[in-house]
Amino acid sequence: MRELLDLFLTFAKVGVMTFGGGYAMLPILQREVVENKGWATDEELTDYFAIGQCTPGVIAVNTATFIGQKKRGIPGGITATLGVIFPSLIIITALAGVIAKLSHLAVVQHAFAGIRVCVCVLIFNAVLKLWKSAVKDRWALCIFLVVFAGAVFLKISPVVYVLAAGVTGILIEMIRGRQR
Amino acid sequence: MIYLQLFWEFFKTGLFAVGGGLATLPFLYDMAARTGWFSAGQLADMLAVSESTPGPIGVNMATYVGFTSAGVGGALVATVGLVTPSVIVIMIVAAFLKAFRDNRWVNAAFYGLRPASTAMVAAAGVSVVLLTFWNSAAEGLAKLNWKAAVLAVVLLVLTRWVEPTRKLHPIVFILASAVVGAVLGF
Repeated sequence: MRELLDLFLTFAKVGVMTFGGGYAMLPILQREVVENKGWATDEELTDYFAIGQCTPGVIAVNTATFIGQKKRGIPGGITATLGVIFPSLIIITALAGVIAKLSHLAVVQHAFAGIRVCVCVLIFNAVLKLWKSAVKDRWALCIFLVVFAGAVFLKISPVVYVLAAGVTGILIEMIRGRQR
Repeated sequence: MIYLQLFWEFFKTGLFAVGGGLATLPFLYDMAARTGWFSAGQLADMLAVSESTPGPIGVNMATYVGFTSAGVGGALVATVGLVTPSVIVIMIVAAFLKAFRDNRWVNAAFYGLRPASTAMVAAAGVSVVLLTFWNSAAEGLAKLNWKAAVLAVVLLVLTRWVEPTRKLHPIVFILASAVVGAVLGF
């Protein structure tokens, strides 16, 4: 029980200190989980991160589940995950109410219009970063272009693209296997 | 029963969004269009708040969207829905860690998934751009919000090429943009 509580609190702390997510939380995890608690080595953490990136879901959550389950099995994985989402639940719920009350003010609307511009730039930067690790050759570029055109112009559920792209990846590998 | 619907929508998002928090964005846009629980405009604002508050973006977004759709209970249900598939998938992967990483077909599937995920985030970005600079659809240069366009160019330069500001945390740029927006009346 003490260990589970420790997992919960440690990952709640990681959640509070993560701004933005993704790679931003790697140094925090290194300090809390590797150096302070000794629950994983640097190499394991890098592995978890790599797998977290290519498994479904939020990377922070995936990494928390990994470390929690390594430490205390399934209850550990669930506890660490609850820990990492706990601060978001409290902070966002509190903030959302306040923002909803203020949102009719002109000054707040102008501020959000300004923030949206920034969000565009941040998404653009994130896409460039994803692009570097995702689009490495001509086949990958084709998948990108087809899905991009589809997602902009057609109203199809993103689930369809994900499944189709996964199958396409396997088909490409089969063709390559035959050519070898 | 909105709680069940919310759980299911976010379960799907958590299961199919590959590559981290922002990969949930296309699913949320799809959700906005289909359910009408929140608008695309609200989504852009929620993204801004999620980027500038503590916590992983994907989790913050789920909490915020859940709260906007159905209050505190909605926030809880949406967030738990988002992480449930992760927990299940990771538990399974952890059992076959090495086999999973080295499997040829798993790698092949992800080779296809990554560009698709990138493309969907880019497409979601396009709708935020239309909303921000034209207030809905692109209607030529005449209707372009010039103030916003100038701010975008400045931000782009500062976040990509200028050395001391490039490494600053996004929250700095978000707060600065809020001030610029409020003062100049965007």
